[in-house]
Amino acid sequence: MAQASIAVHKLTSCSGCQSVFLNLGDDLLVLNELVEISHFIEAGLNNFDAEVDIAFVEGSITTPDDEARILKVRERSRFVVAIGACACSGGVQALRNVKDSVGWAGAVYADTEYLDSLAESRPVAQLVKVDLELWGCPISGRQLIATVRALLQGVPPVLPTEKVCQECKRAGNVCVLVTKAAPCLGPVTRAGCGALCPSFGAPCYTCFGASEQPNCDSLGERLVGLGIPQRQVAERFVSISSGLEPYQKAWARWRIPAKQLDS
Amino acid sequence: MDQSVFLPQGDFGQIFERLREAGYRVVGPAEQEGALTYDVLESADDIPVGLVDRQAPGHYRLEQQNHRRRFDWVGTAQGLKPWLFVAEQPLWVAREVEGGLRFEEVRETPVPTAVIGVRACDLAALALQDRHFLDGDYPDPHYRARRESLLLVAVNCHRSADTCFCVSTGDGPEVTFGADLVLDELDQGYLVKAGSERGAELLARLPGRPVRGWHKRRAKALRKQARTQQRALPSRDLRGPLYAARDDMRHWQPVAERCLTCGNCAAVCPTCFCHRVDEESPLDGSLSRAVRRWDTCFNDEHSYLVGHVVRKSAEHKYRQWLTHKLAIWHDQYDRSGCTGCGRCITWCPVGIDIVEEAERLCREVGES
Ligand code: SF4
Ligand code: SF4
Ligand code: SF4
Repeated sequence: MAQASIAVHKLTSCSGCQSVFLNLGDDLLVLNELVEISHFIEAGLNNFDAEVDIAFVEGSITTPDDEARILKVRERSRFVVAIGACACSGGVQALRNVKDSVGWAGAVYADTEYLDSLAESRPVAQLVKVDLELWGCPISGRQLIATVRALLQGVPPVLPTEKVCQECKRAGNVCVLVTKAAPCLGPVTRAGCGALCPSFGAPCYTCFGASEQPNCDSLGERLVGLGIPQRQVAERFVSISSGLEPYQKAWARWRIPAKQLDS
Repeated sequence: MDQSVFLPQGDFGQIFERLREAGYRVVGPAEQEGALTYDVLESADDIPVGLVDRQAPGHYRLEQQNHRRRFDWVGTAQGLKPWLFVAEQPLWVAREVEGGLRFEEVRETPVPTAVIGVRACDLAALALQDRHFLDGDYPDPHYRARRESLLLVAVNCHRSADTCFCVSTGDGPEVTFGADLVLDELDQGYLVKAGSERGAELLARLPGRPVRGWHKRRAKALRKQARTQQRALPSRDLRGPLYAARDDMRHWQPVAERCLTCGNCAAVCPTCFCHRVDEESPLDGSLSRAVRRWDTCFNDEHSYLVGHVVRKSAEHKYRQWLTHKLAIWHDQYDRSGCTGCGRCITWCPVGIDIVEEAERLCREVGES
């Protein structure tokens, strides 16, 4: 018998985090036994109004429709779990918060009349109470499983706040910041991905958001000191999790003043 | 056991073959993302030749030189630690059974492993890890099993990196204990010395030639050359100044401003032994697995006690790292926890230098 009912909702997002459910492999079958999946459009279940124990919400709030829907989801769910960088921090689309999004829309669309967007991309927690945040772009299947398991047992899951560097060293990687002067943001990014990018020799992009105690000032100074152009350093901080305050501050510190950029 | 032979360059592979015949997998220097690390090797040809490491705070580069020496580099990214105190160690599994829980110990049979290229500081660090994991009433069975299946072929350093300071800690650059075989690499070949019974048995099966006077003189001169180091800790026992600096946070602010609390220093330090135990369950909840993972004093969770993170700020975290390593270890293990390998300096993303910090603190509290 199902121990709980769940829903998987989508706001403004790329559906990558929902896909993590579908990519659980055998565990998807186990999940289907353990819980009743009431609503999950990507899996073919459309029952938006269902009342559930746990609502997983992917995506950020960028339209009036998102606003209305998240309020309803909150009303009908015991636990709301925000999943992914969009739901937790506003996602890559939160770039609009720091730049002129109206101008961008005009540059992309011939006619902006049919667009109905809010001025800012906001994380779910800015509108409704969120019980738990699962970070990542996309979230990790391992953390998703650990979270479902913990919630079914009635305890909070243990999720890391330590830095990607810790996972990177456990994985036996050589630090690419040290050997290649790569602009790695692992030292200010929450662990959870298993240091995926550094494991392939690439620098970290902040997918899991800000770690505990992110010292972006010191890291940014180091990257600038390594000869990486200031504007590139600034832009590194505001990519996937640009809505987060420590990253925005770093961006503000190193970006070339807007005037110079536009000219 | 003062047995030595001279092994010509071309016969180096014989060491490999003897080790493999004796049932060892061979681990040695290998290139990974621009640095040398220890990795499993298939043959002696896998060892890169002519590579030299250039190290500085937060900086490591390999340089290809025009010679055939295999061990002219000084430091690998990690020492022996990941081979013994592994980063992720499953400890036990608990299963639900009729009427209760069943606990099952996890025990692996480690593959006998021979590591080639180990340095004096690696061996000094190993002795400290042995002390921590093996001495006392509860020796660690996982560490012990790996330790007992380990054979060590050490190399005397003939140069130092700019980040080395083992002379000041008394741990190098010459290998004085802990290895089964010790090599001095000359252009013409290797001076091979046995350091244990096992080493002597291996040595007897090598096509070695008699050691000549000039071999010895040359090796001695090269070893002396490695003693020229740019860094030195102010003293082997820094309890006085570090305890004096403890309570005045102004001493810790300058380094805390730069420190990322990323814990890379502790992760690469060959003597750091901190860990945590994570509980993991599969989705169906049928069992619970306890896994031990490397942890560091730079993580909030590391000092989480009765609902509070005790060492929350970078000041407190860095102070813990430095004071434990260079002072409290004396009370715990009768010596400092630093063997002067310089890894924490090289692999700190922002290049914080333990020697510079120790010097600054000594200066500030007016002692040295
Ligand atoms: S590669 Fe990046 S994540 Fe890995 S240790 Fe270096 S800075 Fe940290
Ligand atoms: S404290 Fe630094 S120099 Fe000393 S043993 Fe550890 S990593 Fe090496
Ligand atoms: S000293 Fe360097 S390596 Fe250590 S925690 Fe601070 S920034 Fe990271």
